This record gives sequence, C-alpha cells and structure tokens, in this order.
Amino acid sequence: MNHKKIRSILFVSSLLLTPLLAHAETAEANAAERGMAIAVEADKRDTGFEDFTSNMIMELRNKQGDTSTRTIRLKTLEVTGDGDKSMSIFDKPADVKGTAFLTFSHAIKPDEQWLYLPALKRVKRINSKNKSGPFMGSEFAYEDLASQEVEKYTYKYIRDEKINTAEFPDGADTFVMERYPSYEHSGYTRQIAWINKDRYVAEKIEFYDRKNDLLKTLTSSGYKQYLGQYWRPNEMLMENHQTGKSTLLKWEDYNFKTGLTDSDFSRNSLKRAR
Amino acid sequence: MKRHGHSTHAATVLITSVLTTVAAGDMQAGEFSGYIGGQARVFFEDPLSPVQHNSYLSAVTEPEYTHQWDDGAQSFNAKLFYRVDQYDEQRTHGDIRELSWTGVYDNWELLAGISKVFWGVTETQHLVDIVNQTDLVENLDGEDKLGQPMIKASTEREWGTIDLFILPGFRERTFPGEEGRPRPNIVIDTEQDAIYDFSSGNDHIDLAARYFHYIDEWEFGLSFFSGTTREPTDFSPVGISAAGEAVVVPVYSLINQLGITSQAFFGDWTWKLEAINTEARSGVKKGINSVQAVAGFEYTLVGIADSNMDLGFVVEYHFSDKRIYENTIFDNDLATALRFVFNDVQSTEILAGLTTDADTQSIGSFIEASRRLGESWTLEAQVRTFHGTKENRPLYSFRFDNYAQLDLNYHF
Repeated sequence: MNHKKIRSILFVSSLLLTPLLAHAETAEANAAERGMAIAVEADKRDTGFEDFTSNMIMELRNKQGDTSTRTIRLKTLEVTGDGDKSMSIFDKPADVKGTAFLTFSHAIKPDEQWLYLPALKRVKRINSKNKSGPFMGSEFAYEDLASQEVEKYTYKYIRDEKINTAEFPDGADTFVMERYPSYEHSGYTRQIAWINKDRYVAEKIEFYDRKNDLLKTLTSSGYKQYLGQYWRPNEMLMENHQTGKSTLLKWEDYNFKTGLTDSDFSRNSLKRAR
Repeated sequence: MKRHGHSTHAATVLITSVLTTVAAGDMQAGEFSGYIGGQARVFFEDPLSPVQHNSYLSAVTEPEYTHQWDDGAQSFNAKLFYRVDQYDEQRTHGDIRELSWTGVYDNWELLAGISKVFWGVTETQHLVDIVNQTDLVENLDGEDKLGQPMIKASTEREWGTIDLFILPGFRERTFPGEEGRPRPNIVIDTEQDAIYDFSSGNDHIDLAARYFHYIDEWEFGLSFFSGTTREPTDFSPVGISAAGEAVVVPVYSLINQLGITSQAFFGDWTWKLEAINTEARSGVKKGINSVQAVAGFEYTLVGIADSNMDLGFVVEYHFSDKRIYENTIFDNDLATALRFVFNDVQSTEILAGLTTDADTQSIGSFIEASRRLGESWTLEAQVRTFHGTKENRPLYSFRFDNYAQLDLNYHF
C-alpha cells in the first residue's frame, strides 16, 4: 500500500465518521445537559430550608450479622451560594461521647473540617482531602455524608425507569443518571442514581469503586415531606457488595427552620457541643 | 523567696460563684457520663531504687456531669478524677478536672470556674500549651492536665478568635512518689512546700491571651502568657531519703511567654510548627530569654493496600537552647512515628515511634494502641522503652524503666 492510498482511506473514513461522531457528541452533550438539569432541579427544590436538626442512629452490621450502634446528633445550616455548614455530635459509643465534627462544605474548593476531641479539649483541623475513608467504621464514606452540591459532580442522564421500592411496590417513576465526582480524590469512578421524578430525591444510588467495580448500594426509604417542600428519608441502607457488611442509618426528629445561625457552627460552638 | 502561699482565695471565690450561678439557673436533669477502669503497668527490669516495684496496679474513675439551659446558651460542667495506685502514694490522687459555668452572649463566650484548654498543633510535644498544669504522674507523655481555675472570655469573629484568661490559683505539677515508677533517681517531694522565687508565691494571678485565625489551608495562632511557669525552672535539694536518694522540691518562677502555632495543609501533607520564647522574670535566671521549637509534618496514605486503613507518617524535630529549662529531654531530638488508623468498627489505632537525641544517639521508643471492645469498653496498650541513655543526661535514670501498660475502661 502506498502512502497516497492510506491517506485517501483515512480521508474517506474520516468523512464517514465525522457525522457519526458529531451525532454521538451531540447525544453525549444532551445526556450531560439533561443530567445536570435534573441535579439543578433537585437542588432548587431543596433550597430555602435555612437549617435543620435531626438525630441519626447508625447500625453497623458485619457479614456474621453482629451489630454495633452509634448515635449522632446533626445540625445543618444552609449557606446560599456555597456548600452547607454542618455539625455532628456523637452520643454513642460512650467512649467517644462529646466528639464532634464541624464541616464547612464547598462546591469547588476542599471542605474545611474540624474534629473536637473532648478528652484533650483539642480542636483538630482534619486534612479534608481524605474523604474516601469510612465514617466511624461504617459503610458510609465521609464523602457520602457530605453536603451534595451540584458542582461536586458532572452528570449523564441515561434513561427513565420504573423501580419497585418498599413505598412504591407498583413502581416509582425515576430518572436514571450517572454522576462522576469532580473531586480527584473521590473513592468512586461513578455513581448511578435513581431519582424519583415526582420528588427529585434519590431512591437508590450505586457506587462504583476506583476499578469501576460495583462497591455499594444505598437505598433510601420512608421519605416524608417537611414544611410542604423538603423530602427527607427515615432510613438509608448502605450495603457493601464486596465485604457483605452493611450500615443502616435511621433518622429521627427532623426539625426545620430552628433559627440556627453562623455562630452555632464555629470552633467555639464545637467545643461547647455536648 | 517565699515558700508556699496561702489557700488560693480567688479560686475559692470563683468556684463558689459558679455554684451559686448554677443553683440560680432552672435545673433540669443533666447528663452523667464518664468511665471507670483498671490499669496494669509492668516493668521489664528490676528498679534502680530498692523502694520501687516491678509491677503496679491501679484503678481510675472520671465521672462527668453536664447540664445546659437557656436554650443551650448557658451550661454547667463538672468532671472529677480519682486514681488509686497500689504503691505510689503520689499517683493515688484526685482532681477537679472541670467545674465551670459557660455562657454565650452575642459574639462572646464567657467561662468561669475550673476548666481546661488546649493550645497547639504538634503531636509529640505540646510546647505552646501552657494554661493547664501537667498531671505528670498520670502519664509521661504530659497529655493529662490538672483543672485550672480561670475566667475566660472568648470571641470568634471574621478576623479570628481571641481568648482572654485570668488564671487565679496556681497548680503544682504532679510527680511520681518515692515508690512510683518510672521516675528520675531523685525523689521530687510534692508533699513539702514548693519554692516560688518571687514574692506573691502561689497567690500570683496569671494572665493569658491567644489569637487564632485561619485562611483557607493555613492556620496560625499567637499566644501570650504572663505568670507562673508550669514546668519547674529548677529543683532544690532538701534532704536524703531513707533509701539514700536525694530529695528535692520544685522551684517555680515568673515568666512571660510568647508562643506561635502554625499549620498548613497541602494535599496529604500537614505541616506543623510550634515555637515559644520564654523570658524569666524572677529567680536566678531573671532576664534570661529562652527559645524552644518543634516543627514537622504528618503525611497520610489513605486506604493502604486496598484496605480501609490509613497510614500516617509523623516526623517532628525538637529544639531547645536549654537556657531556662535545663533538664528538657527535647533539646535536639527527632521524633518519628507511624500512625495506623484501621477505620474499623472498634476504632483500632496504633501509634508507634522513636525519639532520637541527635547529640547522644539515645533513643526512646513508644507504642500506643487502642480499640473498643463491644459497645462500652475500651482497651489501651502502651509500651515505652529507653535505649543508650548517657550518664549525664536526664533520661539516664530511666535506663531500667522500660515498661508495658494496659488500660481497660468501662464507659458510661
């Protein structure tokens, strides 16, 4: 084969491929746009709650079925134009009672996080790059529990799907979309989320590890609407498919618009949290 | 020179007013918590002194009560501590770790009573942390502190946090008793009156202030302390024990101390610095300035070998010109440690390291491991060893004092 022939083959192939590629690119762009639109809508619907408090009971279960319980009080302050502020205070296990985390989450730059150790009275800044690690030995990573800002992912709409859940045994209409963490140190390559079309909340999320193998599935259930707008689940079950372990989060006593302010989310208030 | 002051009147007034304030508040049921536990300490070699022992058992409790009212704007906290040791009379001791009222008004937080604060960023020595006296008889690492009477005002603003302290009532450092171990081969007698080389003695009211701020990935603190040194500036001989050892009492001086802390985060790296300048204001060292510093980093590998385990490398260099605290062991030393955080259900952690003296090549090693057992118990293990200590150095008297310690605590 001479050079001329190769070149012409390349030329012809490129002519043939260009419209296909363009089409694929457009479809890709559309899927990304639609995915983003769903995320933006979900975020919009959850805007304006100002603040909320709740109690969280974590049940850690290993493969043999042994359980271990943690109880945590949670306060969240909505920050417009940036990630939310949150404080979590441990009540159980007893040896870590009074231990508390303060997190200022951000859309683009790394979150700021402080840990308060009551025995030493020490407030320790956490190097927040490390968010893929497990939260208190549970199947939830820090990044799973962090405030979910739109900018933390790029998106791709995949399809519509009716899925059966405990609440909707006859099927709930969902958007299925992929989310790709923007954060380079995320423990995931991607997540697949099933977003309820009515409520714009996730019924189910699958997490794929750095090797792109299915790692965990999160199923949220018992959604209730607060103040006629904000949907919150009663239970979130995280199952790890690779280890057989699971963690059940039970949420209790949601209270919205309780009047929390910035001063409730400071290093001093972290030390006072009991 | 004045020996031992009177009872610390200011502190008594402070505590009484705290209790009165609390009684005036509408008391709802507060919350009890704390722990009770046992400790075994075993030494690998026979002691230097015939009055010391090869193993020690002790029991400890630290109950805590906390009560909040006024929508959480006011609170009362009490934490008591008591340890009973099999042999060491000085280690059998109690302390009011906390007995305080806290109130929050607008941007200000006020605290009155006995409490504890922590200043600092480094892991292997806490140089800047000066408000509370060290309960040294509890642990050689100096991380246990005695409750300090204080009035504290704190405000946290856009431009940083300011803490102001009035500290009435000096607490003397605790030291192991004659039968205690490990200890230097002198008996530091804390039963006798300590020496204060200035006129007001332990009635001196100390003052302290700290400014702290952070900008993105960089944080820094600037602190000032004016008062009685927490670390004795000298030891004064008072006699000879029945076993033939020198008996000394600690000498405390007035100092001004300026401290800085700084911490910066770059990816998996955390860089840390603590430095102090101490100026002696009384005694034979009056007018002398002394500099001490510790600087280093912690580098963390997250999720090593596809596990949930994090591995941290801690490296810290210690410097002191020894112009005031001549007996410090951290004068030209390098501390290196590995921190294994298992991130498991039992919160298993291991910190293992070495402190090497660059001048004498003597090495101190430590292992600290802890994990939870079930829901309410914790088990901690410690091993400390001393190698190649030189005859004229402070650690020489610890040369037979390698030991292992086990703590089992029940938390409620």
